[in-house]
Amino acid sequence: MISIAALIGQVFAIVLALALAPLLTGWVNQWRAWLQNRSAPPLLQPYYTLHKLFHKDVVLAHGASPLFRFAPFIMFGCMLLACGIIPSLSTDLPFAPAADALALVGVFGLARLFISLAAMDIGTSFGTLGARREMLVGFLAEPALLIIIFTVAMIANSTSLATIVETLAYREFAIYPSLAFAGIAFTFVSFAENARVPVDNPATHLELTMIHEAMILEYSGRHLALIEWAASLKLYAYSCLGIALFFPWGIGERDNFLALVAAIPLLLLKLGIGGMLLAIIETINAKVRIFRVPEFLGTAFLLAVLGLLVRLLLEVRA
Amino acid sequence: MTRLLAIDYLMIAAAAWGVIGLVGLALQRNFSFVAKGLFPFGALVGLLVGGVALLALGGTSQTAELVIGLPNLPFHLHLDNLAAVFILLLGFVSAGISIYAAGYFRQGEGTAPGVLCCEYHLFLASMLMVLLADDAYAFMVAWETMALTSFLLVTTDHRHAAIREAGYLYLLIAHIGAIAILLSFGVMTSGSGDYSFSGMREQELSPFWASVAFLLALAGFGAKAGLLPLHVWLPEAHPAAPSPVSALMSGVMLKTAIYGILRVSFDLVGTPIWWWGVVALAVGIITALFGVLYSTVQSDMKRLLAYSSIENIGLLAVGIGLALIFHSYQMEALAALALTAVFYHCLAHAGFKSLLFLCTGSVLHATKERSLGKLGGLIHPMPWVAWLALVGVIASAGLPPLSGFVSEWLLLQGFLFSPGLPHPWLNMVVPVVAAAVALVAAMAGFAMVKFYGIIFLGQMREPALKDAHDAGIWEKLGLLWLACLTLLLGVLPATVILRLDAATRQLLGKGLADRVAENGWWMLAPISPERASYEPLIFLAIIAATLLIGRELVHRLYHGRVRRSPAWDCGYHFQGPRAQDTAEGFSQPIRRIFEPMFRMERQFPTPRDRQPIYTVKVSDHFWYWLYLPIVRAAGWVSQLITNLQGGRIAIYLMYSFLTLLILIMVARP
Repeated sequence: MISIAALIGQVFAIVLALALAPLLTGWVNQWRAWLQNRSAPPLLQPYYTLHKLFHKDVVLAHGASPLFRFAPFIMFGCMLLACGIIPSLSTDLPFAPAADALALVGVFGLARLFISLAAMDIGTSFGTLGARREMLVGFLAEPALLIIIFTVAMIANSTSLATIVETLAYREFAIYPSLAFAGIAFTFVSFAENARVPVDNPATHLELTMIHEAMILEYSGRHLALIEWAASLKLYAYSCLGIALFFPWGIGERDNFLALVAAIPLLLLKLGIGGMLLAIIETINAKVRIFRVPEFLGTAFLLAVLGLLVRLLLEVRA
Repeated sequence: MTRLLAIDYLMIAAAAWGVIGLVGLALQRNFSFVAKGLFPFGALVGLLVGGVALLALGGTSQTAELVIGLPNLPFHLHLDNLAAVFILLLGFVSAGISIYAAGYFRQGEGTAPGVLCCEYHLFLASMLMVLLADDAYAFMVAWETMALTSFLLVTTDHRHAAIREAGYLYLLIAHIGAIAILLSFGVMTSGSGDYSFSGMREQELSPFWASVAFLLALAGFGAKAGLLPLHVWLPEAHPAAPSPVSALMSGVMLKTAIYGILRVSFDLVGTPIWWWGVVALAVGIITALFGVLYSTVQSDMKRLLAYSSIENIGLLAVGIGLALIFHSYQMEALAALALTAVFYHCLAHAGFKSLLFLCTGSVLHATKERSLGKLGGLIHPMPWVAWLALVGVIASAGLPPLSGFVSEWLLLQGFLFSPGLPHPWLNMVVPVVAAAVALVAAMAGFAMVKFYGIIFLGQMREPALKDAHDAGIWEKLGLLWLACLTLLLGVLPATVILRLDAATRQLLGKGLADRVAENGWWMLAPISPERASYEPLIFLAIIAATLLIGRELVHRLYHGRVRRSPAWDCGYHFQGPRAQDTAEGFSQPIRRIFEPMFRMERQFPTPRDRQPIYTVKVSDHFWYWLYLPIVRAAGWVSQLITNLQGGRIAIYLMYSFLTLLILIMVARP
């Protein structure tokens, strides 16, 4: 039965995600600025932006259908669900059985479908361009992500994220070479999925290079705020997923309240380092042409399959 | 007075469909009676069929004899759990399609509605008989009736040469398939002359002949289902047929072929050999990849869906292959997982693909356009069709919380266990197939965004689209029914799997029910909740709650003001409908990345063209590599044979005389 403590933990995890996600984005932006010798925006800038956007009127194009108006809410809901089921502080999550790791990929897919459809709704050239490119990146990244999850799931003998974390963090310690491949592939995929530099540039409004920004050009006011917030939730969710799959130590086990308290600073530390690394990688790389993206993600896919084969060839036999 | 059994009700239903057809034929002048009376009545019969099958599922099997046909050769009929699953599908899905058809068919479009009504209901009755047949004779008669009636339905608009050609191709491949099926049955009787299915079960075939029977069945039923390389009829026949017929063919008829493969490989032929599964898996994954790639580059909305059907049939074959592999190693629990995925995907695909085909029918009626390049923005004049199509699109893209995702999830779970296979290289290759399945699922999303976005969203690409009207009440009812089926299949997987379990149990002796029933009805955990679980209801609840609470909160805390203005588009002022992506433009990345997979004829404009024209025509490699050489070879052989025909009677008499002479020499006792 679901315990009250677990329920509180669950709600806390979601609230923390809502609160921390813009902070993570702000942190990454600060590091990007420092690394590029610019003076950095304040750490809390994303919150100010959200607040400002919520206050503004929604300017809706004439041809917008209701789908355009509720797509941001669906995207936000998907990301919230994703943050709710990825173990960030504790593995004791009552919502976790709602979706395992495979269904998590479906959650991201649903959000992508709606935002792409919304981008096509007004019928502008940039909207459809963005939707087409987003779906392209999506269908290249999704299989790689699934194979990464397959590799990890085979190690843990489960696709439930909670069980995966418990296996990797708390059962006997072992070094899995397959996880190294999966980890590199996961980094590639998360850069593509979060519209970061080698694939997309979150700061660009240069028309020919946009993917994510092209899709949300027509959004304004609270809709844009929700999308921005959802985008930072997605970055947060991917970071937590990476932590859960590859650096799970420190995430609290079931029925352990103290571990939950200890997990918070550890999570902040991991996210801080992760965000810094993200900014460094973004700075030292150049954005690739859109038709080099398949090569980039093809590499990720091959690495992921390699990880799976390493798992099957070397680790299962032993 | 004995109580009527389920099978009796089903026979009555088949007869009722036949009678409806004949009444339609007799009263074909009375159009409104045919459309508004007979089709809804046919839908009621469909509901009855589905309901009876649902109740019969899990019960004991029933047999009956139908004394028609040749003397001393009655039709043996049989209702077991495997058949019941597919009858359930036939009944419930056809009910929705029939209701829709009541509002769809018009006078003056090709075949008269009365004749069409006759063909349509005979088609339904023959599909029911295929599923009930218990001997090869009854099966083949029903199978051929099904092929013929569907051919007549495909060629409804027979005044167009292209449609006649499509129908001819369909009939040709259907018959190549029928020959293979007949041969397969012949092999399975192994000379005993007993063509009943129970007789075939008793035959002990040597591994060689069993494999021959399996491969013939796979080829024969594969031709009907659309497995590579016998898929070419599908993208021709589906756009040619009226939409309810496409829906029926894609949603239901393809599944009878899947039923045939399951019936032969799990029931009739005996213990499977592991490499059968590998063959099915390989053919399936190639079919799926091919189907999804081609569906993304189509410009005709019904062709796009037809290729997407090929993709789904490929996924079903992958599931069957996986189940066969597990079954051949006696890993029945895992085979049950894969087989459940197959059943589930059959139901799911029947629901959402019929729904999407019917939506294209409404679009076609409202706009007279099938080409994606001339549609757009239909969500404004046709909100009902658009929103219901969205349900089909999400399910077809294999996304939670709708039906397509459940089967995909089950299939992937099955793949996760394949390293346990006691076979040196198989356990490594099979998980890699899972990677391809993932790619297929993701690309299906691309195809569906293209389908939906270009038809229903954006600006209208033609001015005439403003006058498009929404679907009528009958059409809406049919669409709504199928959308509800898709939604229910999506959110109640555990309940559905518990019902389907009887069929899995019949084929494998083991099912998922015990494990699934341990958890609540809202939770799907085929092995154990620690291992994998999925709760679509919670999923749906969280997203719905965010939508409602989030909206309310934002409106309360801030405001809900909306200002309308022209689209911004980076300040670019020229924003006509021509600035949007065309269907070809949308799939350009796919054509570029997978260039060698397509055969493209392109025409590029030069920089100096006053009226630049860009065209691209994508066609199927198989057509040029496989079919045209065969056609040429057949022509060449026929040419040789015509040399025998001198046109003089004396020569013909001499041929007969020589033949007789040779026969007497050869057949001397």
